[in-house]
This record gives sequence, structure tokens and C-alpha cells, in this order.
Amino acid sequence: MRNYVIRRLALMVPTLFVITIVVFLSIRLIPGSAVEMMAIEMGSRESTGGQMDVAAVEKMLGMDVPLHIQYLRWVGGLVRGDFGTSLWLKRPVLPQIVARLPVTFELGLLAFIISQCIALPIGLFSAIRQDSVGDFFGRSFAIISLSIPGFWLGTMIMVFPAIWWGWAPPLNLIRFTEDTMGNLRQFIIPGALMGMAMSATTMRMLRTTMLEVLRQDYIRTAWAKGMRERVIVIRHAMRNAMIPVITMIAGQIPIMIGGSVIMEQIFALPGMGRLFLDSINRRDYPFVSGINILLASFGLVLILLVDLSYAYLDPRIRYK
Amino acid sequence: MSEALNGMAEAKAAKRRSPLADFFIRLVKEKRLGTLGGIIVLIMLLTGIFADLTWLGMPDVGLAPYGYNEHNLKDRMDAPSAKHLLGTDSLGRDLFSRVIYGARISMIVGICASAINVVFSSIIGVTSGYLGGRVDMVVQRFVDAALSFPMLIIVITLMGIIGTGIFQTVIVLGIWGGIGWIRVARAAVISIRENVYVEAAKSIGCTTGEMLRRHILPNIAPLLIIMFSISMSGNILGEASLSFLGFGIPPPFPSWGGMLSSEGRRYMYEAPWLALWPGVALSVAVYGINMWGDAVRDLLDPRLRGGVGRYGRATKKIREKISQKGQAGA
Repeated sequence: MRNYVIRRLALMVPTLFVITIVVFLSIRLIPGSAVEMMAIEMGSRESTGGQMDVAAVEKMLGMDVPLHIQYLRWVGGLVRGDFGTSLWLKRPVLPQIVARLPVTFELGLLAFIISQCIALPIGLFSAIRQDSVGDFFGRSFAIISLSIPGFWLGTMIMVFPAIWWGWAPPLNLIRFTEDTMGNLRQFIIPGALMGMAMSATTMRMLRTTMLEVLRQDYIRTAWAKGMRERVIVIRHAMRNAMIPVITMIAGQIPIMIGGSVIMEQIFALPGMGRLFLDSINRRDYPFVSGINILLASFGLVLILLVDLSYAYLDPRIRYK
Repeated sequence: MSEALNGMAEAKAAKRRSPLADFFIRLVKEKRLGTLGGIIVLIMLLTGIFADLTWLGMPDVGLAPYGYNEHNLKDRMDAPSAKHLLGTDSLGRDLFSRVIYGARISMIVGICASAINVVFSSIIGVTSGYLGGRVDMVVQRFVDAALSFPMLIIVITLMGIIGTGIFQTVIVLGIWGGIGWIRVARAAVISIRENVYVEAAKSIGCTTGEMLRRHILPNIAPLLIIMFSISMSGNILGEASLSFLGFGIPPPFPSWGGMLSSEGRRYMYEAPWLALWPGVALSVAVYGINMWGDAVRDLLDPRLRGGVGRYGRATKKIREKISQKGQAGA
């Protein structure tokens, strides 16, 4: 196991390098015209009356030195926790991003909990009562929630309750520390929408793996021993069926971050997703690259943790 | 005697059906929902193609009663009526026509981006899996890095940098979405490479190019079809999400996602139909494609070949037996 961990950690280094290169180059890809446009925009923003020249903007973006020096400077900054300075707010980027994290985190956590509460019981039931009416409804629910885009359902929830009952979700953030119930009421709908979309995949996956496991010889042995169904399903079948499901649930977390961008936009929640969209609309590239780097590193660590837990649970992997 | 021979010949002919015919017969027989999905996809495709016949030189003929950007300021924000089946938006554009044209955009993006997904991921995946060694190592690090990014975030970033548009959307969704499939293609090639016939081909002096063309590609062809079918719904939803957030296909082009955000959300209380119908069309399309993709996978995946359906039916009996045993035991 230790060798496996070391090998995986060593493999992370080149991957991290590639991530920084991707983010760095994507910002370098900004066409020249965009830099000119930024110069014009910032000139008017500075209220200097005239335009800022392109050279000054390039200097601000750190684009006035050779490419490899720019890269080293930038990575050096990242290592020291300096993610650059916002072009719009003129303040360091990192604290701003961190300040927005709790909203996104809460949304994600709620979605995660709701998703598991829907997916695990229904998926399990679908498998142990295959082809029953309940199985049919469970699978239909999964397929339908896979097909309905969350942003449309979210918009519908904004529209029709407002027209029918005059109900509308609050537009200002209610802080968890100030009004816990109000905060939860505000977050529960976007959280549920995200959770529903995620639950479908989990449900289908759990059903498939459970069906596979339930056909194994040791399950028949367990039946033959005269064990109760509850024990067989929970202790023998589900434990084994959950291994690939857990991998998939963890793999859903980056998708969830994408989903929270949309939900924060629809329900006016000031999280990291909103910040990201605002920054990209304002062409505030230090924010954009900062958020990308943070999320990608997070994703990388997540993949590592999943693989390690997988290896821990299934010895065949670590000895390969 | 001759009758028996005839019977055998018939049976043989039936067995020697072309793979394509066999696929469709099994689809209709075993996958009802998949057939429904296929029909929905076909309808969407035809709607997209025949929204108007400009490509045949007949711009006035077509399914859409109005142009997608035909302003009609007298009929602004009209509720659904006989003249405008689904109502009009703030510029007096007919929503029904725009939803029809939306099918064209969704289908173009879905098909082109998925095709790029398949071509891109299979070229990279097959090369990396077949060559192995250092090339594989480097490619895998790139794939790892790319998969660490949340898909929507990095796609929005790229669209923000290169600018919005249908071509850009197709390229970004096609290339970046294809990266995830590289692993799948690579894994398939590695398992094929282990086969004895590959070794035999090598020993009689087959070149790498020949090997890929004659032995590897035919074997991963079903996988490529599965990839195409499954990635299509993701690409259509991806385009809709991008357009919804303003980073996909810019107005006035009638993308379903874009219609939801630009007109639908702005006037959602005055004209709820503007937000309703594009979403319904999108959901139905994605539902159809999902069903179609699932059926294609079930029918073509070698691991599942023989049919999940048949297996399921067999196990139902087993399950009944088991539950009888369980009751007897209790």
C-alpha cells in the first residue's frame, strides 16, 4: 500500500505541472484585440479620460517579459499563496475567492446529502425488487431527472409559483449564522435541484452493481445459510456494490461545482460560481485563472483520494 | 428432404442478416424505450433539416412558419394563439419557429461535437494505448490534468477567451469533451492488444498502420458508436447550459438554452411561455437521446452482448426461487 501511495503522489507532480501550463497558456491565448479592448475599458474606468496604452495593460497582466519568465513568476506566486491582483477590484484575488467559498460549499453539501438520500434507498430497492412497479417508477424518475436540465427546472420554479401563489425566492443572501432556518429555506431549492440531477446517475449505477453482486455465489451461500434478507442485502451485497458507486459519487463533485455555477446564477446566490461568471464577463483574468487553478488542484486531490480509497478497499489494484 | 434443406437455408439466411438489420430488429424487439428514443432523435433531426429549405434554394418553404429572427413589432409578447402557436417574444419573433430552428442548432452541435469527441479521443486513445511506454505516460498525464478541471468551468473559460459562436462551441465541446473518452478508447485498445491474433499478425510482419486499420479499429468500432450516442446528450445539454449562461451561441441565433436566458428569464413573469417551451423541447430531445444511447450501448457493448433483457428475465426466475427459499427458511 505504501508503495502505491508513493507512486500515486509522484504521478501527481507532472499532472500538476500540466494543469498550471494549461491555465497559464489559456490566459496567454487572449487575442491581442482583447488586450486592446481591456486597455480601452480600463482607461475609461480609471476616469483618466483617455485610453490606457496596450503596453501598460500588458505590464499589468505581466505580459511584458518572455514567456518562461512569466510562467515562473506566476507559479512562484501561486506557491507563496499570491494568486495575482484583480484588474477590477485592485485587490489580491485569493481572499476574495475564499470569501465566496462558504456559499458554494453549503450548496454543494446540501445537494450531496439530498442526492444520496434519494439515490441510495431507491437504487437499492430497484435492485432487490427488480422489475417491480417500484423499480419501474424509480428508474423512470432517474431517466427523467437525467433529461430535464437543472437550469430550466430552476427557471420554472422561479416563474410558476410566482405567478400562481405570488411566491418568489429571496434575492439577498441570508447568512447561516444570522438566520439558520431562513438560510436553509433559501438554499434548499437549488440544492434539491442539483441533488436530483446527481441522484439519477448514482441510482442507476447502484442498481446495476447491486444486480451484479446479487448474482454472486456468496450471496447464494448466504441465502443457503438461512440469513435474513436484510442482512444479506446490507452486509453482503451492498458493501461490495458500493465500491464502484463511491468512486462515481466522488467523480460527481466536479460536475456539482459546474452545476452550482448555474444554480447560483439563477437563484442569485453570491458564491464562487457567480464570482467566476462575473470575472469572466469583466475579463478579470487573474480571478479566472485563480479559480481554475484552485478547482483543478481540488479535483486532482479528489481523484487521488478516490484512487487511494479504491486501492485500500480492493487489494487487486494496489498490487497491479 | 428438400423442405428440411429449405428450412435450414432459411435459418442460415436469417442468421446471416446484415449486422445493421440485426441491430434494428433487436432494437425494436428488445428495447421499446430505445426505439422511442430513436424516433424522437429522428424527428428532431428531420425538424432541424426541414426547418426551412434555404439549403435547397427555397427559403420560403419549411416547417417554421416564420424566420428565426423575423421581427414583428406589432405582435410583441403575444400569448399563444392560432397565429403564433407558442406566442411571441419581446421583438415579436414567433416562438414556435424559434423552437423549430433550435432543433437545428442543437442537432448541429450535438452531431458535430460528438463526432469530434469520437475522432479526437479515438486517435489519441488508440495511439497512446497501442504504443504504450513513454508516449502513453505523457498522454495520460495530460488526460489526468484535463479531467481535474470541472468541465463547465473550463469550458466557460475557454469560450470566454476565444469568443462565443456555434463553431467555437462545437470545437470546445468536441475537443475538451473528447478528453474524457480518451481513457475509454485507450483501455479498449490495451485489452485488444493482449489478444493472440494481434501477436500472430505481428509475427507475420504486419506494420503498425496495417495493424491499427485491420485489427484494432474494427474491434473498437462498436465502442466508437456507443461513444457517439452517449456523448450526444451531454453535448446538447452542454451547449444549452453555455448558451444559457451567455457563453455559447450568441443571439439572435435560436439556441434553446439561449432563448431561456435572454428572453425567457427577462420576461418570465409577463410571458412565461418564453421560458417554458424551449425547455420542454430540450428535455424531450435529451430524453430521446439518452434512451437511444442506453439502448445502443446495451445492444453493442460486447460485455453486455446476449442482451441484458434476456439475462434479466432469467434472473427474475432465479429471484422468485430465491424468495421462495427465503420464505421457506423464515
